[in-house]
Amino acid sequence: MIEVIDTETCTDCNLCVKVCPTNVFDAIADGPPVIARQGDCQTCFMCEVYCPVDSLYVDPDPANSYGLTVENVKQANLFGSYRRSIGWAKETRHLRRVDDHFRLPQ
Amino acid sequence: MTERDPTPGNREFSLEIETDVLVVGGGPAGCWAALNAISAGARVVLVDKGHCGSSGATASAGTQIWYVPPDPRERETAMASREAMGGYLSERRWMVPVLDKTWESVNRLAAWGYPFPSNEQGIEQRISVQGPEYMRLMGRKVKNAGVRILDHSPALELVRDDTGAIAGATGIRRQEGGNWIVRAAAVIMAAGGCAFMSKALGCDVLTGDGYLMAAEAGAELSGMEFSSAYAISPSFASITKTALYRFARFYREDGTLIEGAGSARGRSIIARTLLSEPVYARLDLAETDALKAIMRRAQPNFFIPFDRRGIDPFTERFPVTLRLDGTVRGTGGLRLTGLDCATTVPGLYAAGDNATREPICGGFTGGGSHNAAWAIATGAFAGTAAAKFALKKKPSPVLRRLGRAGYAEAARELDTNAALQAVQQAVFPLDVNYFRTEAALSREVHRLDDLWERLETSGGVSHLDLLRLREVAAMTATARWMYRAALARTETRGMHRRDDFSKQDPAQRHRLIVSGLGHIAVRPEPVEEPIFREAAE
Ligand SMILES: Cc1cc2nc3c(=O)[nH]c(=O)nc-3n(C[C@H](O)[C@H](O)[C@H](O)COP(=O)(O)OP(=O)(O)OC[C@H]3O[C@@H](n4cnc5c(N)ncnc54)[C@H](O)[C@@H]3O)c2cc1C
Repeated sequence: MIEVIDTETCTDCNLCVKVCPTNVFDAIADGPPVIARQGDCQTCFMCEVYCPVDSLYVDPDPANSYGLTVENVKQANLFGSYRRSIGWAKETRHLRRVDDHFRLPQ
Repeated sequence: MTERDPTPGNREFSLEIETDVLVVGGGPAGCWAALNAISAGARVVLVDKGHCGSSGATASAGTQIWYVPPDPRERETAMASREAMGGYLSERRWMVPVLDKTWESVNRLAAWGYPFPSNEQGIEQRISVQGPEYMRLMGRKVKNAGVRILDHSPALELVRDDTGAIAGATGIRRQEGGNWIVRAAAVIMAAGGCAFMSKALGCDVLTGDGYLMAAEAGAELSGMEFSSAYAISPSFASITKTALYRFARFYREDGTLIEGAGSARGRSIIARTLLSEPVYARLDLAETDALKAIMRRAQPNFFIPFDRRGIDPFTERFPVTLRLDGTVRGTGGLRLTGLDCATTVPGLYAAGDNATREPICGGFTGGGSHNAAWAIATGAFAGTAAAKFALKKKPSPVLRRLGRAGYAEAARELDTNAALQAVQQAVFPLDVNYFRTEAALSREVHRLDDLWERLETSGGVSHLDLLRLREVAAMTATARWMYRAALARTETRGMHRRDDFSKQDPAQRHRLIVSGLGHIAVRPEPVEEPIFREAAE
């Protein structure tokens, strides 16, 4: 589930508040959004791929929270990793056209 | 909210909208419905519980699509491929138009700029879409076409006019606060299936709300016994993508191979083993680096859990579990009366996972392309038909709100978390829902009936309470329809597996239609004669 918002890099754009299907975040006046309902997170990673500045990190485990910190995620170089892999980061645009389903042996 | 007038007055809603067609749900089915309705000349409003473009099963999962060129031989192979697996409950009179409409619609998607990959000859390959990319594009298309979208605005009940036809819906705005009523001459239910908040990828918003709302209006459901779809997932993750497990072998704790276990036919062996011990997987059938790279480029989301835990799934064993997909990769849903995707209730249409997929895949899907094609094609059919119906319909006043469970006056309080757990305990266990028997099914159905009685007399205090209460009510109703139908089908067919009736029974080659909330009725409905005779199995 959602573990971390890096409030230093977050631009308060509130896109995550908007795109989260289960309404996990609350927008705050004059500040970054907060994780208001972590338990409702369905671990779909949508907030991460929509975050334009890679400030969010979702742990793959939907059942447990691990109390991760910004430092943990930075050290493992995981901020933005999924967004890059689907070609939604500027430097990985070419990957949008890469979908090798048709190359999988049948 | 506990006291309410069944006739919606004017002051009770903070947002009132009038339109021709209301679409409930903004996944692929809802988006294709909205686009087709607006291009047929209707005014269209689309409401989503989450956000149109990122919510629902497709947005986070991505899908392969039943995209088959209009070549008679290829179409024939495509149609014949699943007939036996589905237990001969599908019908070619549905498959043909669904294949046609999917072909046409996916080609439009390409024309709109969806970045399909190309093969070595430079020919675009359109058999699969990446979820975030596809649904972002669909959301934009819907918005730019002039559809009014209300995000974070779940529909909670339908309303009816004095002719008995559906005349719109009401719901809440969970971010802005307040509630809404949309008066519409036709409503399309595209709120997805029901996965019982199992944390299957992207599915927690799919709680069967559309079934409940429609059933309260008198609609029927079909194929609810085909609701025992479970997906393989790493036990520590929500990623229920299963296609790549065909390159996996499955192991016991001590490292010995589980013979016959596999992602398709061998899934029941995994299920059986999980009843008594943990199961591990390793993608060791993917031997070359080239293949490993292809797998990564086909399904980037499949690899998230491994990359984040520092596991190499090709060389290291990892624990797996089966997560219930319910009707999302099952096939049950609202019964359609024809290719216009109308339900039995005038003014009410259904599309995508909200409708039964039996017409194209019988009693078995597991996703695998058919569901995505169904969402596209039925969305398009329902959109066009609902617009036509709405534009012809004479306006008549809204008379009655149809929501019952969760709306009781003099309501009793109900612990929604406990109720949710009770439903999950009835539907998750493999020895109840995957391997079905009369004894276990009837035991659970009685528990669910008791829970339903309590839900019928419950009420939500705040709007958010009401939403959770309605979700739990929808899941409880769905579970009851599933198990009533499963009890009535005393055979094994499609994904419905009765341990006490392990053979397919040629005398039961029919659909099972369920209806009602307090009392549930089950009746058989004949299906078109198959082209191939049913094999005596
Ligand atoms: C992991 C996974 C992989 C899959 N892979 C494949 C595949 O390869 N091929 C295939 O064919 N199928 C696949 N499927 C199935 C496929 O995703 C679904 O069939 C498809 O998403 C159905 O589209 P839909 O629009 O009906 O529902 P969804 O995409 O689920 O959308 C439903 C929408 O309704 C909204 N909603 C719910 N309740 C309400 C309410 N009360 N009010 C308003 N809005 C509401 C939701 O927020 C959501 O946006 C897969 C499913 C999963 C989970």
